[in-house]
Amino acid sequence: MRRLRSLLAALALLVVGLTPLHAVQPDEVLADPAQEARARTLSKELRCMVCQNQSIDDSDAPLAKDLRLLVRERIRAGDDDQAVLDFLVARYGEFVLLRPTWHGANAILWTAPFLILIGGGLAIWLRARRRRAAPVAVSALTVEERRKFDELMSKSDDSITNV
Amino acid sequence: MNPEIGHYALVLALAVAILQTVLPIWGARANDAALMRVGPSLALAFCGFVALSFAVLVSAYVRSDFSVLNVVENSHSLKPLLYRITGTWGNHEGSMLLWALVLAIFGATVALFGGNLPARLKANVLGVQGSIGVAFIAFLLLTSNPFARVIPAPAEGNDLNPVLQDIGLAIHPPLLYLGYVGFSVTFAFAVAALIDGRIDAAWARWVRPWALGAWAFLTLGIAMGSYWAYYELGWGGWWFWDPVENASLMPWLAGTALIHSAVVMEKRDALKVWTVLLAILAFSLSLLGTFLVRSGVLTSVHAFATDPTRGVFILAILVIFIGGSLTLFAARASSLRQGGIFAPISREGALVLNNLLLTAAAAAVFVGTLYPLALEATTGAKITVGPPYFNLTIGALMLPVVFAMPFGPLLAWKRGDLAGAAQRLMLAFLLGLVAAGVAAYAQGGGPALAPIGIGLAAFVFLGAVVDIAERSGIGRLPAATAFARFKGLPRAAMGAALAHAGVGVCLFGIVAETSWNHETILGAKVGDSFPVGRYELTLARVEPRTGPNYRELVGVFDIRQGGASVGSVESSKRLFTARNMPTTEAGIRTFGFSQLYVSLGDELPGGGLAIRAYWKPLVTLIWIGALIMALGGTLSLSDRRLRVGAPKPARKVAPVPKPVAAE
Repeated sequence: MRRLRSLLAALALLVVGLTPLHAVQPDEVLADPAQEARARTLSKELRCMVCQNQSIDDSDAPLAKDLRLLVRERIRAGDDDQAVLDFLVARYGEFVLLRPTWHGANAILWTAPFLILIGGGLAIWLRARRRRAAPVAVSALTVEERRKFDELMSKSDDSITNV
Repeated sequence: MNPEIGHYALVLALAVAILQTVLPIWGARANDAALMRVGPSLALAFCGFVALSFAVLVSAYVRSDFSVLNVVENSHSLKPLLYRITGTWGNHEGSMLLWALVLAIFGATVALFGGNLPARLKANVLGVQGSIGVAFIAFLLLTSNPFARVIPAPAEGNDLNPVLQDIGLAIHPPLLYLGYVGFSVTFAFAVAALIDGRIDAAWARWVRPWALGAWAFLTLGIAMGSYWAYYELGWGGWWFWDPVENASLMPWLAGTALIHSAVVMEKRDALKVWTVLLAILAFSLSLLGTFLVRSGVLTSVHAFATDPTRGVFILAILVIFIGGSLTLFAARASSLRQGGIFAPISREGALVLNNLLLTAAAAAVFVGTLYPLALEATTGAKITVGPPYFNLTIGALMLPVVFAMPFGPLLAWKRGDLAGAAQRLMLAFLLGLVAAGVAAYAQGGGPALAPIGIGLAAFVFLGAVVDIAERSGIGRLPAATAFARFKGLPRAAMGAALAHAGVGVCLFGIVAETSWNHETILGAKVGDSFPVGRYELTLARVEPRTGPNYRELVGVFDIRQGGASVGSVESSKRLFTARNMPTTEAGIRTFGFSQLYVSLGDELPGGGLAIRAYWKPLVTLIWIGALIMALGGTLSLSDRRLRVGAPKPARKVAPVPKPVAAE
């Protein structure tokens, strides 16, 4: 309990007085904080195409800087977020988007994990239902089985291995 | 030592591995005890030869033997001894040899400590292990010979990629491989059980420690890799959903499911088929990870197509082992007898839910990683599957896992009482709400998800505490009795609770870092001050220094809080002369669980340096949480029944004192 309290106290101390700052390179920042915030959010959705798996927000590459400036230019020109993305896709293709679209075959990509979840859940449910139904079908012992059972039961304990 | 000795030892290892594949399994089929007994000796010989080969390569690196191509390409005589040694596995050939060495050591361990295993099972397990050995040693010899010579030998090597010259990268691959290859043992057990068509609780008792050990190592390996990326790559991220990371996350998710379903199998004799399938999946995903990282398919499908020798070889290994084991599974799974019936609301039911969600999460990582490759290979279209996809899908799948986590251990086997469990968790839940409230109040108008995440993390952590408290009767029983029961709790139960608490701690760090990370990017000259979080940094001086195989520019920052100095931090940019390659060495100061992170950029045209500084609240909890998870796994591994193993004939023991008070 004390551990939690001190954690929370530490946490409370940390967050008091923090205001979010937005800056990529000092010279890139837009004057309007709202526009700059949009640019940052969009930058996290765009791939630096010459890098291995980095967004333009993370990358130091010159291309990433060009793209960051381009995004800001479109925002200043009055494009909304979707228009900025569309502009970049038109130029560089869907490769530039870190969040794949829903078009065509990509639906497989988005739905596959959940289809597996639903399919798995269904399989388990059906199986459980079948197994619950199964005991009803158990029939009484046949005469032969009864005889074997009695024979086993009549043996002394130590002749039967502990299973 | 002469490199040819290492090469020759590998050839001998291949021969031994072929014998190890054929003889014991043949013995098991023909019921020939003598043939089955050959297995352990062969496994030990295999281990000896691979170890000799590895030692020869290490020695070539230590002596900087530049007549060996691999050493020339990846080492430098000025490199510190530690990195000359670790450079052995900082490259393709060496790391595959390390892979084989870990495999050989595990095989030898089964051979040495498997005395109480049924002879047929042991023979089959060693045979399957041998076949994996054949595949990997053949791969080394035919496509990736680490001992290839170069004539004439150059006077100096090309040096190791500088970002790999780091203690983190020295231990990361061995840990990861201990995890990956550890699953080869559970895989071997699964295939052996399928070959025999027989499986029982003793099987699970053997498989569980291997799964736990592999899982703990993989957890440590992933955490280590994440921390390495955090401090070495210089932009303060700790998880990138990079395909290489995903390659290690998939077996981890499957392995997490495996250690849970193995519990059900051991205790309740249920979920047999599923446990076997998970054991196969965990290793298959490890192999897939090796393929993804080693074949070059990740950089581009085209790069793979232009030099496909290695890739095709690993692909063939993949197809043979995954395809073969799954075919065997399809043919034999139905012969495994089903046991233990249970109600949906029960410990078993909770573990099934855990398995289902974790498997779906592994599938999400799998699809997200491979879909772009498949799409490019089939249609030529290039798309990117980036962090937004993984955050969304994995987030959606892991949220219920995390929320359900505290409930599972409180449910009884066979038929549980959900309302009762909820009642016992009420305190934890309320305190979680309080934590969320405090977080919401403290952050003011921050991200709305943050308080929910903090509340959830607190709930998971406290849920684990409640689990232990309930088991030992704290609050219900007199303190002395409760303490005695607490001490007497099985280590498996303690380990599970500890691992669950670790998830809570890790989640705490993840939420805090992603929500309240604070970033300052600016150009600064000597003497300039700027705020980072609640600290103020001053660039005190900039000085050049020279290391053994690099030159560096060091920025020294004074840290002040409220006007008082609280220390300083050094951050540097290094230039490794042999490769003319720069790296950033981030300056990190830890305050409590939080870190101040400073990384140097380029020199700016107008004078001064570009600086990125971050305040990362509670960030270390991410890795501390992972450490706690691994510790939990290890504790569970040391449980008495796993140490003792299958029952043995009773030995003479000291008389046990009678319990003082009946419960």
